[in-house]
Amino acid sequence: MSLLDVKNLCVDFNTDQGTVHAVRDISFTVGESESVGIVGESGSGKSVSMYAVMGLLASNGAIRGGSISYGGEEITETAFANHKAYEARMSRLRGNEMSMIFQDPMTFLNPVLKIGSQITEVIRNHNKVSDAEARARAITLMGQVGIPSPERRLNQYPHEFSGGMRQRIIIAIALANHPRLVIADEPTTALDVTIQAQVLDVIKEMKEKLSSSVIMITHDLGVVASFCDRIIIMYGGKIVETGSAREIFYEPKHPYTAGLLKCVHNPEKKEKLTPIAGSPPDLLMPPAGCPFVDRCPDAMKICKLKMPEMEQYSKTHQSACWLSEAARRKGEQHG
Amino acid sequence: MLKYIIKRLTVGVVTLFLLATITFFLMHVIPGSPFAGETTKLPVKVLERLYEKYGLDKPLSEQYIMYMKNAVRGDFGVSIYRKGKSITKIISNGLPYTARLGLVSVCFALVTGIFLGTVAAFTKRKWLSNFVLILATAGVSMPGFLLSVLLLLLFGVVLQWLPFVGLESPLHYILPAVGMAFAPISMIARLVRSSLREVMKQDYMILARSKGTPEKLVIWRHGLKNAMLPVITYAGPMIATLLTGSFVIESLYSIPGIGAEFVTSITNRDYTMIMALTILYGSFIIIANIITDILNAVIDPRIKLGK
Repeated sequence: MSLLDVKNLCVDFNTDQGTVHAVRDISFTVGESESVGIVGESGSGKSVSMYAVMGLLASNGAIRGGSISYGGEEITETAFANHKAYEARMSRLRGNEMSMIFQDPMTFLNPVLKIGSQITEVIRNHNKVSDAEARARAITLMGQVGIPSPERRLNQYPHEFSGGMRQRIIIAIALANHPRLVIADEPTTALDVTIQAQVLDVIKEMKEKLSSSVIMITHDLGVVASFCDRIIIMYGGKIVETGSAREIFYEPKHPYTAGLLKCVHNPEKKEKLTPIAGSPPDLLMPPAGCPFVDRCPDAMKICKLKMPEMEQYSKTHQSACWLSEAARRKGEQHG
Repeated sequence: MLKYIIKRLTVGVVTLFLLATITFFLMHVIPGSPFAGETTKLPVKVLERLYEKYGLDKPLSEQYIMYMKNAVRGDFGVSIYRKGKSITKIISNGLPYTARLGLVSVCFALVTGIFLGTVAAFTKRKWLSNFVLILATAGVSMPGFLLSVLLLLLFGVVLQWLPFVGLESPLHYILPAVGMAFAPISMIARLVRSSLREVMKQDYMILARSKGTPEKLVIWRHGLKNAMLPVITYAGPMIATLLTGSFVIESLYSIPGIGAEFVTSITNRDYTMIMALTILYGSFIIIANIITDILNAVIDPRIKLGK
């Protein structure tokens, strides 16, 4: 059985301009100890869908449909009697069973609280431990994520830490209670390139130690290549392709995936990087057809009219594109 | 910390000295004299004697040096207008009334302002949030004397629910304290509302929720401290102002405080009184500012004292 099972999830945001349909009917699963990468550009709905899973959507956002189940337990808000019951259950899960590593270490730590108390808070939320024990655990954790002289740094404030060190603190908070599911929301985007690799290594090391499932949200295919068993490609609030890392990298089915791969720098091949021209669709008025149609080099008439169904290529590989359908029809005619 | 406080106090003393100097010369520039307002015109001889008595016949520079010398020793002289009464005595008689009313007003303003601001920030009822906003706008724009007169008429004269002469019982404090605190309440409510809303949008609140901390504790532990910073910055000088009283309210409710003196001493050209009150108010503001800065640094570790 899978650890996380998301079915037909839809998330909307109310804004001054109207309703933004940020996530439109996505389904996916994450197995025990599995690493899944969610790749897409800004605004593709990848972070929003994960915030929805954690129940951490901004106050103007809401799940409009679908269901989320965790370890077989339905954790969609509609499955609970009221908001209070939902929050009560989620606050038992958050930071304990499932946790999140955030994008920007400069803004996600509270500037007026000591590092130590920010780590012990998550420990004490879910364990009956004494002050001293929580502190001792925090010190061990800080050591594990590679913070030198943790006893001293425990009493410092976030502004006394560098970006990379702060991200390690955020990782320590996320992993403090050995969660079964860790969602990492672009954990390296805000860091210097030299620090990125270090932080990624910390996550990798901790993941192996705890054998947690990890969902890695990123727009960097290089990051997922080295980290993930399975990759989900999102575009315009929809999943356009999903497959094992091998399948995505060597047999991409969707033109968007193919486009993304052309944006990855490969030092061995002396190819030019080709950006995908154009910009993502406006999700205030999402297109009826494939969201990628305006930027797709192989767009056809039908692409604008109807969203293609997910097509199964292998046990793990799926893609939603009319091209394959068209190719198959051609094949049938010839055959 | 101690070093910082000493440094700030030293700067404060210099500031007070400059304030006193500027006020001294400015008030002598104002046309008229303490005796110009007498109903019957005084004979020249009498005037001369009076000038001599109060040292006003001497050159201004000499008067200044004399005043400063005495002031440093804590002698602020006698009131020129209230013939012969010592300034220290007048102030020490009146200040307790003013300060007590001020203290009540400060507490009332802080508690009510923070409460209303918090309600306005978190309520899902739009009308309630709008009501607080309207109240706050009214509080900032409506002159204090108008509100005080209305309150006095309604609750004191028409309904006769509350006493309004003097400060004998706790009940006596209600009307004047509301009058004093109304404008500060409005300011604080608006500040708290906007700063809480701002804080609620911060990323660290999301991280706090992601730890499984219940929403109430998220606000209490992670939000409040951050949200209080702008409030403290405003509250410091506000406290100094409230503690020194108000001319309108003290006259309206017949309170024998020093609030009224701020205005009357100037119209009466009561030189010694003007000086003493300026120095008193100046010291209040300086001390309030030092405390504000220290509190800010205590709450926000990014603020380094003395840098």
